[in-house]
Amino acid sequence: MSLLLAPFQPVAAALGGLRSGLRHHGGRFRVGLAATVAAAAVIGLVFTLERPAPRNVQLGYRGTGMGAIYNARLVAQQLGLQQVDAPLPPSIPAGKTAAQAYKNIQVLQNLDANEFLRLMGAMTQWIAPQAGCAFCHSLKNMADDSIYTKTVARRMLQMVMAINTQWQSHVDGVGVTCQTCHRGRAIPAGSWFIQPPPHGERNATEADSGQDLPAAVAGGSAFPYDPLTPFLLSAMPIRVTGTTALPNGDRSSVNQTDWTYSLMIHFADSLGVNCTFCHNTRAFEEWDQGTPNRVSAWHAIPMVRDLNRNYMAPLAQVFPVELRGKLDDAPKVSCVTCHNGAYKPFYGASGLPYYPELAHAVTMTPPAGSRP
Amino acid sequence: MFDYRTTFGVEYQNLFNRTQIEGKLDKGAPLEWGMENRRGKPSTSFLFGLIGSQQVGPYYLGATGLASLICGLIAFEIIGLNLFASVGWDPVQFIRQLPWLGLQPPAPAWGLHIPPLAQGGWWLMAGFFLTTSILLWWVRVYRRARALGMGTHVAWAFASAIWLYLVDGFLRPLLMGSWSEGVPFGIFPHLDWTASLSIRYGNLYYDPFHMLSIVFLYGSTLLFAMHGGTILATSRYWAEREIEQATDPGTAAERGGIFWRWVMGFNATFESIHRWAVWFAILCTLTGGIGILLTGTVVDNWYLWGVKHGFAPEYPRVYAPITDPGLLRAAVQP
Repeated sequence: MSLLLAPFQPVAAALGGLRSGLRHHGGRFRVGLAATVAAAAVIGLVFTLERPAPRNVQLGYRGTGMGAIYNARLVAQQLGLQQVDAPLPPSIPAGKTAAQAYKNIQVLQNLDANEFLRLMGAMTQWIAPQAGCAFCHSLKNMADDSIYTKTVARRMLQMVMAINTQWQSHVDGVGVTCQTCHRGRAIPAGSWFIQPPPHGERNATEADSGQDLPAAVAGGSAFPYDPLTPFLLSAMPIRVTGTTALPNGDRSSVNQTDWTYSLMIHFADSLGVNCTFCHNTRAFEEWDQGTPNRVSAWHAIPMVRDLNRNYMAPLAQVFPVELRGKLDDAPKVSCVTCHNGAYKPFYGASGLPYYPELAHAVTMTPPAGSRP
Repeated sequence: MFDYRTTFGVEYQNLFNRTQIEGKLDKGAPLEWGMENRRGKPSTSFLFGLIGSQQVGPYYLGATGLASLICGLIAFEIIGLNLFASVGWDPVQFIRQLPWLGLQPPAPAWGLHIPPLAQGGWWLMAGFFLTTSILLWWVRVYRRARALGMGTHVAWAFASAIWLYLVDGFLRPLLMGSWSEGVPFGIFPHLDWTASLSIRYGNLYYDPFHMLSIVFLYGSTLLFAMHGGTILATSRYWAEREIEQATDPGTAAERGGIFWRWVMGFNATFESIHRWAVWFAILCTLTGGIGILLTGTVVDNWYLWGVKHGFAPEYPRVYAPITDPGLLRAAVQP
């Protein structure tokens, strides 16, 4: 028994000391208390106040609380990270197409051969500035397809062209280049995999509910930790709020709302905005009370689904095993992949006008060896 | 006037003082029944004396108290062990992630069926034992009050809180035909439930009973501050002797009453202020429970309900009309 109580002896001694100290030195207790309260207040203020004071950009009618909150210091940091690379000097037309000049050209056959080289140079700078051409090409035979990155890059070229031509509804007026996602990294930020339950089977205890663990993708909340698989790969219903004042048979549940909520936190976090960038939060579901941003965001959902289903997922077997997820799936696209914390990638600046060939329509043929 | 403070010191002339007196301890009044289960020899604690009475014990356990503690412990263990399992029995992660961890009700597909333990059965079982524990504790509160010859006001105030608890976790899920509508156990999970519930049912702030509940919640803190402040401020005139002041108002009651009549033209009495307080507290959870019970059962979208009944204001348009692009889905999606 005394062994069990041993750990508590120091606590008891401390309490005893406090007790006698209070009896005999009440004044000192008050000074100590005041100092503790003051210290707590200072620590509290340090972690509460922002420097400099954030600015609120009004997005809705006054009184609705609709605003985007920006901290000038953090925006300045962000701006530094959101710079479009300087374009390579314009190419001098070669007078023949890439297909005429080179072997094994499958996507950019009709592009001028010199512009083709210029684009290849830009891609190196965007995706693999250190590794250079050898990141994708066998330097002995540039036409060789033996390195997997070349197969991936070819498909990604088709993806960029599809985004710029078929998904104008989302990228209208800005468009994307390889840099929008890659920004000097071979694997873009915010790539994700289908997440199996992180702690595996739990035998007799409660099975994994998909939530109630810190969810990095949902702002560190306890909401579902993988909202991307059901909504940005599958097409589970996102709308949950009742559409009529009185019940009309809508069985959307509170549990479903957790999943939608998680996805929406991912949206907001990826864009560096809050709910009111798109919604009037008194009635999230009412389109006409929100902002036009919500329409753009809405088009992103079928777009990202298309990218993940038709471009990323079929590449699973092309990627080497160590770049696949736990379920052997390919890395996939989320909102943060392009946005990187800005409401528009590069705050609306675009590299696309310097490489107009990336906005050409293309016939889509999946690479050999990929699965549907 | 004779100044007690200069003669005898400030504190002890007033029943409202911080002096801790040592002496023979009181075992409590002899009762006609219910004497047998008092446990423990009374002792004193200086630290307790700083915030309340310094006397500790004796306490009363009894059959309902014991059963309540056992049921509460079972519920605590079911919840705690499931949370522990959810991080793979890693004690460090259990402590680090504790605020996030939760025990969810059965998935919507189960409706009101009894699922296997791992599919929400643990939630049902934890809820059963926690509810039993709380109801037994209510019985104990009621019976102790009766045994002491008191009124049962505290028990009925407690019952109002239990009403809200039962609505959230049991009665509303029953009416909705789905256990999944119930509140998960867990620190963040149960807070997330309130957020999701509000969004699913079109913003709870437009629920009039939620409004009333907030009135009584904030009103309770206001009344608490007014009453506590008034009594402390008049204790130098023996305001602490509330019963004497209620039946035979002395200068303390006079001054407290005059103060509020001067400030706002009206004052509660030493008797009525306590009815104000207990009713505000009771009505907070009573109205809150009604508000939740109507959510999803009688009203599906509180905002639209507010529009229908003309109390949700319309704001001037800022943007050109925005149409739901989902209506054009077929045209947009390849």
